[in-house]
Amino acid sequence: METILLFAPLVGAVICGFGHKFIGEKAATITATALLFLSALLSWITFLSFDGVTETIKILRWIESGSLATDWAIRLDRLTAIMLIVITTVSSLVHLYSFGYMDHDPQWKEGESYKPRFFAYLSFFTFAMLMLVTSDNLVQMFFGWEGVGVASYLLIGFYYRKPSANAAAMKAFIVNRVGDFGFALGIFGLFFLTDSINLGDIFAAAPTLAETQVSFLWTEWNAANLLAFLLFVGAMGKSAQLLLHTWLPDAMEGPTPVSALIHAATMVTAGVFLVCRMSPLMEFAPEATAFITVLGAATAFFAATIGLVQNDIKRVIAYSTCSQLGYMFVAAGVGMYSAAMFHLFTHAFFKAMLFLGAGSVIHAMHHEQDMRNYGALRKKIPYTFWAMMIGTLAITGVGIPLTHIGFAGFLSKDAIIESAYAGGSMFGFWALVLAAFMTSFYSWRLMFLTFYGEARGDKHTHDHAHESPMVMLIPLGVLGLGAIFSGMLWYGSFFGHADQVGKFYGIPVAEAAAEAHGEATAGDYAGDEHHYAFVGEPGEGALYIAPDNHVLEDAHAAPKWVKVSPFIAMLGGLALAYLFYIVNPSLPKRLAKQQRPLYLFLLNKWYFDEIYDAIFVKPAVALGRLFWKKGDGKTIDGFLNGLAMGIVPFFTRLAGRAQSGYIFTYAFWMVLGIAALVTWMSIGGGAH
Amino acid sequence: MIQADLTVILPEIVLALYAMAALLGAVYTGKDRLAGPLVWSTAALLAVLAFWIGSSPAGTQTAFGGMFIDDGFSRFAKVALLLGAAAVLLIGQEYMARRGMLRFEYPILVALSAVGMMMMVSAGDLMALYMGLELQSLALYVVAAMRRDSVKSTEAGLKYFVLGALSSGLLLYGASLVYGFAGTTKFAGIIQVAEQGHMSIGMLFGLVFMISGLAFKVSAVPFHMWTPDVYEGSPTPVTAFFATAPKVAAMGLFARVLHDAFGGAIADWQQVIVVLSVLSMFLGAIAAIGQRDIKRLMAFSSIAHMGYAMIGLAAGTEAGISAMLVYLAIYVTMNIGTFSFILMLEKDGKPVTDILALNQFAAREPGKALAVLVLMFSLAGVPPMLGFFAKLGVWKAGVDAGLMGLVIASAVASVIGAFYYLRIVFYMYFGTGEGDVEAKGSPVLAVALMASAAMMLVGVVYQFGIDGAAAAAAATLVN
Repeated sequence: METILLFAPLVGAVICGFGHKFIGEKAATITATALLFLSALLSWITFLSFDGVTETIKILRWIESGSLATDWAIRLDRLTAIMLIVITTVSSLVHLYSFGYMDHDPQWKEGESYKPRFFAYLSFFTFAMLMLVTSDNLVQMFFGWEGVGVASYLLIGFYYRKPSANAAAMKAFIVNRVGDFGFALGIFGLFFLTDSINLGDIFAAAPTLAETQVSFLWTEWNAANLLAFLLFVGAMGKSAQLLLHTWLPDAMEGPTPVSALIHAATMVTAGVFLVCRMSPLMEFAPEATAFITVLGAATAFFAATIGLVQNDIKRVIAYSTCSQLGYMFVAAGVGMYSAAMFHLFTHAFFKAMLFLGAGSVIHAMHHEQDMRNYGALRKKIPYTFWAMMIGTLAITGVGIPLTHIGFAGFLSKDAIIESAYAGGSMFGFWALVLAAFMTSFYSWRLMFLTFYGEARGDKHTHDHAHESPMVMLIPLGVLGLGAIFSGMLWYGSFFGHADQVGKFYGIPVAEAAAEAHGEATAGDYAGDEHHYAFVGEPGEGALYIAPDNHVLEDAHAAPKWVKVSPFIAMLGGLALAYLFYIVNPSLPKRLAKQQRPLYLFLLNKWYFDEIYDAIFVKPAVALGRLFWKKGDGKTIDGFLNGLAMGIVPFFTRLAGRAQSGYIFTYAFWMVLGIAALVTWMSIGGGAH
Repeated sequence: MIQADLTVILPEIVLALYAMAALLGAVYTGKDRLAGPLVWSTAALLAVLAFWIGSSPAGTQTAFGGMFIDDGFSRFAKVALLLGAAAVLLIGQEYMARRGMLRFEYPILVALSAVGMMMMVSAGDLMALYMGLELQSLALYVVAAMRRDSVKSTEAGLKYFVLGALSSGLLLYGASLVYGFAGTTKFAGIIQVAEQGHMSIGMLFGLVFMISGLAFKVSAVPFHMWTPDVYEGSPTPVTAFFATAPKVAAMGLFARVLHDAFGGAIADWQQVIVVLSVLSMFLGAIAAIGQRDIKRLMAFSSIAHMGYAMIGLAAGTEAGISAMLVYLAIYVTMNIGTFSFILMLEKDGKPVTDILALNQFAAREPGKALAVLVLMFSLAGVPPMLGFFAKLGVWKAGVDAGLMGLVIASAVASVIGAFYYLRIVFYMYFGTGEGDVEAKGSPVLAVALMASAAMMLVGVVYQFGIDGAAAAAAATLVN
């Protein structure tokens, strides 16, 4: 079953990509979509029937080279199962949605065939992503990792007639190179130190790695910390974390379904998945995880600030994605991998939904993406409006405080914020609360600008705004269900009692020695009598949580003000957005004028692109030009051209002239030749 | 005793007797009317001899006290040169007949020169060497001047004769020096005297003079000057002959002398061969660029190719000789195909040799153009044609023998040389302007062209057993 699930998208991609000339466009795209729905169905069966015990399903013997020997195998555990449903569900819905969205795309001329290509890329992406999450060893994971990178490149640059789309595709690919370099170094390092790339072996060796020193870049490092850090560099690139985030907003050049699938729900979460997958290593790398926490929190905060002022509807959501990924990394960094996965899971639903909703708005507005030209669309496109509303309620975290009732984002985001507090990262906690405030503000700003107020922009466009077809609305509906209920349904499994979480991930749980743990935080939860600890060995179960990692219990025992704080932040953001965009729409302009430097700073995304341009891009381009013009053009070409057009013809003429036609010349040359040879041999040769 | 000697030399005797009988018979009967049948019968006899020699049992026999050696190496060279000569006779027959050049002496002279060549590659003594060489050369001087009414042809014959005489003089002088210092004319005796690093200066002089004389025969620079003029002036079938069988014989003799007589002093002659090889490759590549006459162009091409073949010689190893033999076999095959094509070219019944006339040839004759394309690529050494593997073989032998500089130089030369081969292809396919040349001639020409081109492609997969035969042949020479 797992094999079918895994290869169905590849089959779909091949049939659709190469076979559409034989079976027709329609049949090809329908085949690809049907195969993905099959894949999604099997994934749900796998997820729901999964009992938490890790299984390995061997597909074929893959590499056999010296001490490097590995199978191509599926590692099926809870992490994989979660990712499976996230990927296949969102992907199949996006396939369906694309039937409507990609119909009559204005980028293409009448009669041009582009749909099969699009569907084939989507299916190929899904296959690569499934490869990534099911891998049993790091090289297989790297294959999937690069596969999704390629698919992402192809899809961002799908509108290849637009120079900006090509530039964005290249940017995404190149920025990811930096991260992938780190990832590759991490894999090399792990192989170097453990002599294996199989996850099982690496997990088992993690405690040893923590005590190993390794020399890298002329410095001694703790092996576990160094390797965890290198792997995280890969995760930073793929998940658009601070410093390597610049490609994600530009990636919005791709068609909107692509943004929903790749740049919101699945591929960008691969980094989070990687950190969770490597949890046995991370647990032994305290410095690296501290770094992950700080960087995640910084990203969450930083991306949210930029989201405040963006005007392109897709860019707002893109920065929102970037920010939410930061949340996930904070959770993973403080050792609460389960909370990270929880947010990854719920985020996939509501963020895909927001993107698809945005796509629906864009579709309705004839590919207008600037929110300043929207307004009052609530009545025109009611279904889309409600879908976006659910998405917004979910992302901002609406729910009933201190209970477990609320939209998906409410439960998962609060879980992360509580974990950050419990994990002892005050910077993380406050950054996330502030980010929650800003999240609420920009999300509601998006809603108010789009659906409320007066119609702005081109009147003709507004008059012709129309609701999207059913194929686009059904995916919104399904995702809406996920955005509402996924948090409540699986709260217990992801972030409930240690017992429940342990069972979900297949980690053994035992009652902890009360005295060792009780003293440290006794004051906070004196009422709670049962202390549990996860006792599994590294590699047992889907996650490894060290016995001294009590973040889960500490988070549950967090003070009430901590638990309520994100909700208050959310209300604050909503109120401010209401004030700015409903009550007094002139306020934002005045504020922007008053705080012009700050506004420009945010609008220009903290000038990251400009700085990178000056530091990396310009010198690289200059160096490239130097090699091209001076090195290749002048030196190499010049040398060869000079040789071929100057020196060789010169000798050719010389040889032609020597061929005088007179016997005496020829004889003279022969005599000269023998004289030279004899002289040379008698002086320089071996004569005695 | 004499009977055993005669058995060893029987193929040569048969051919020589045939040539003399045919000469007498033709003179007293039909003269030139018999030329056509004579061509066919001579070609058939050459082929039969090749088959006979090729299938004779392995092993080394000597005759006349070591003056004549029949070993694997000589048999390989003989098969190659006999088949080459037979093929050249066949492709040239119709061309000469149509232009009234086909005289009955032509096949007889070719047969006699073949006897000389067979003698050359089997020589085990300086006198046998000279006898073979002169027999071959005298026949060639005459065929070069076959068209007695053409100024160019007679000029070619005369030039070849005068310069050939000079080279013979050099060779003889060298041979006498060697004899004087070694006290014997037998290779087996010379090799005992000519030891590495202990050669007397007289011996060394003799060696250099002999090399110079032989270099003239293989048209190595700077003893190459006669080649373009003779190739251009001679009737095209004769040019085709010059470019094939005598080259095999001369290279064979070269290898024979250097290994059998001077095999103990490889380091001494290696540097001379390296210089000759480099000069030949570069001059062949560079001077051919200026040629518009395809026959002159092929003359420079053959100079360059001899340069490459000499890499194998310069290596001084068994692998080098083996690679050289393979190179020569492939070279002969390519040249037979290419000259078949040149023989076809005509306009209003007159032969055409200007390469500009090939403009747009591919549009008129796509099949033949494709075959020529394959041959040109192969001559240039472009993979996957067989010509590339010929070069690869000698390069590998050169690298293994430590001649890295020579191999690099030859790679550079082959890049330069690719220009003029590719230019012919360019004119055929992309040339602008009206080319008006036609490709006519007997079916033999088309068959030879196509077969040669096909071998360049098929040979990549299956080499007709040449590799093994060449390796075995080399093993008998170098020890």
